[in-house]
Amino acid sequence: MFRYTRLTALRESLFWVLAIVFLAPFYFLLMTALKSDQEVITSSALAPPSSPDFSNFSDVVTASGNSNVLLGLVNSVLITAGSIALLVLLGSLTGYVIARSTRRWSRAVYYLFLVAIVLPTQLGTVPLYIGARSIGLTGSVLGMIILYTGMLLPLSIFLYAGFFRGLGTEYEEAATIDGASRTQVFFRVVLPLMSPATGTVAILAGLIVWNDFFTSLIFLGGSANQTLPVAMYYYIGSLVSSWNKIFAIVVVSMIPILAFYLFAQKRFIQGFAGGLKG
Amino acid sequence: MSRTLETKTEAVLARELGADRGRRPIGGRPRRAGLLKFGYWWWALPGILFVIAIHYVSTGVGGFFAFTDWTGIGAFEWIGFDNFVAIFQDPSKVGALVNTLFLAFASVILSTVVGMGLALGLNRGLKSRYVLRVLFFMPVVLSPLAVSYIWKFIFDFNGPINVVLRALGLGEFAKAWVADPVWAIWTILIVIVWQNTGFAMVIYLAGLAAVPVEMEEAAAIDGAGVWQRFWHIVLPSIRPAVAIATTLGLVNGLRVFDQIMALTGGGPASATETLATQVYKESFALGNFGYGAALALLLTVIILVFAVVQQRVTQGRPEEN
Repeated sequence: MFRYTRLTALRESLFWVLAIVFLAPFYFLLMTALKSDQEVITSSALAPPSSPDFSNFSDVVTASGNSNVLLGLVNSVLITAGSIALLVLLGSLTGYVIARSTRRWSRAVYYLFLVAIVLPTQLGTVPLYIGARSIGLTGSVLGMIILYTGMLLPLSIFLYAGFFRGLGTEYEEAATIDGASRTQVFFRVVLPLMSPATGTVAILAGLIVWNDFFTSLIFLGGSANQTLPVAMYYYIGSLVSSWNKIFAIVVVSMIPILAFYLFAQKRFIQGFAGGLKG
Repeated sequence: MSRTLETKTEAVLARELGADRGRRPIGGRPRRAGLLKFGYWWWALPGILFVIAIHYVSTGVGGFFAFTDWTGIGAFEWIGFDNFVAIFQDPSKVGALVNTLFLAFASVILSTVVGMGLALGLNRGLKSRYVLRVLFFMPVVLSPLAVSYIWKFIFDFNGPINVVLRALGLGEFAKAWVADPVWAIWTILIVIVWQNTGFAMVIYLAGLAAVPVEMEEAAAIDGAGVWQRFWHIVLPSIRPAVAIATTLGLVNGLRVFDQIMALTGGGPASATETLATQVYKESFALGNFGYGAALALLLTVIILVFAVVQQRVTQGRPEEN
């Protein structure tokens, strides 16, 4: 039924045309980022630059462009890595107890987390902001790690609980018979078996933290410790319409995540499909 | 879905085990030391407390402030439903509510249709289907803010769209799209759909992978057309995938914020404000914490209601779950 016919070939080329149209924004992004200040005004928006000009990138990255992009990059990496580490640790421990407990309270706790996934952050943001400000956690990397961990913990617990439910208890029983303590059983036997779950949590939660703008705008807004999206927002706000500079910073902000995606695209797509399917 | 079923069996199991445990200890030595055979119950404590504090307590406190006139500092008074009355009497807030609902529903419908089309096309047969999937999924991983800046240029007065229009002799249709009161909201819709389509596609592909080829073949031999096969065989099997993709799309669509901040800032003349941008502006730019909290409470209630309704509708009859 699914032989490769001329009709299939036609369908294939149709989808390639679609893909090219779909990804055209990236063409404009790159071409404009490589234009000089002069050319970006005079040349057509569709035309490639007459000769690629990389000065926009050096302007944006170095202090001469007066941007916090590099600092934002470092902060974003720290915050994302710290949040992922905490989310994996707390999420796996909590998910494990919920999945392995047969008591009724564990079901109640499970629904507590399920509702928290859909609960929007907007309403809690104001009290959280007041609370964080009173204990001096606004404008700090540590504060953001704690905040993101709390915000994304329900997702992490939900994913881990699902994976743990699918894992039989044979490994734990065998390790217990061999004399391992409960802590050893978990960290030496169970958690290593959960690397697909850990990968899914790291990708989904890491992506949300890395790309988040709303929370970091509020908690880091006026501070020196901005994340990449916030630094980008303020910098672009100061640029008016210098599209070559704007696009240079957009390209810089996209490189880490795109490189990571193209390197591990299979894990990304599986993570989204498998993780959210539940 | 299978999840509810699983929990049900576990509940039954729990009761049996509990009764069993009352009569005699399982295994050689007594297990009274903990509720669990593996791990310790208190391992869950940090996670539970964290979630209760950051999600439930803060949301509860926020809900309380929705009924006050607090400005973030000093004293405040309980003013009942005054904030909500003010919201519905202010045309710009009602406009923000309408925009939020429009963006959420229109983006879900468009992403579902396009994403389903892509998933059906890239499910089987094509040689380069894996490469194409990676390409169509690419926008999903990018920051909505960064993506919105690219589109802002595309919709610019001297941007690619207008260049093409002028080249085609349709110069009179060229305009500053994001500054146009009628078109601005549509530009935001396009950006959201462009970014969500790949996500919908991947969820539907995962659903389609579970549809047996034999069943489709059998239906084809029996003379079912493409449309009939889709409607009667494929669609019922991927119903859970549709439920997930539309629910998540709706929840995210209702929260839309980044795209608006980057593309229009809520303008022109509040034509593209949403509840999320209004919450931000009232609470953090104008310092009307109580009023902002009331807007946020409205958004929360809308999201929870639609999430529940959406799950019910798309999952269909209970016995199918």
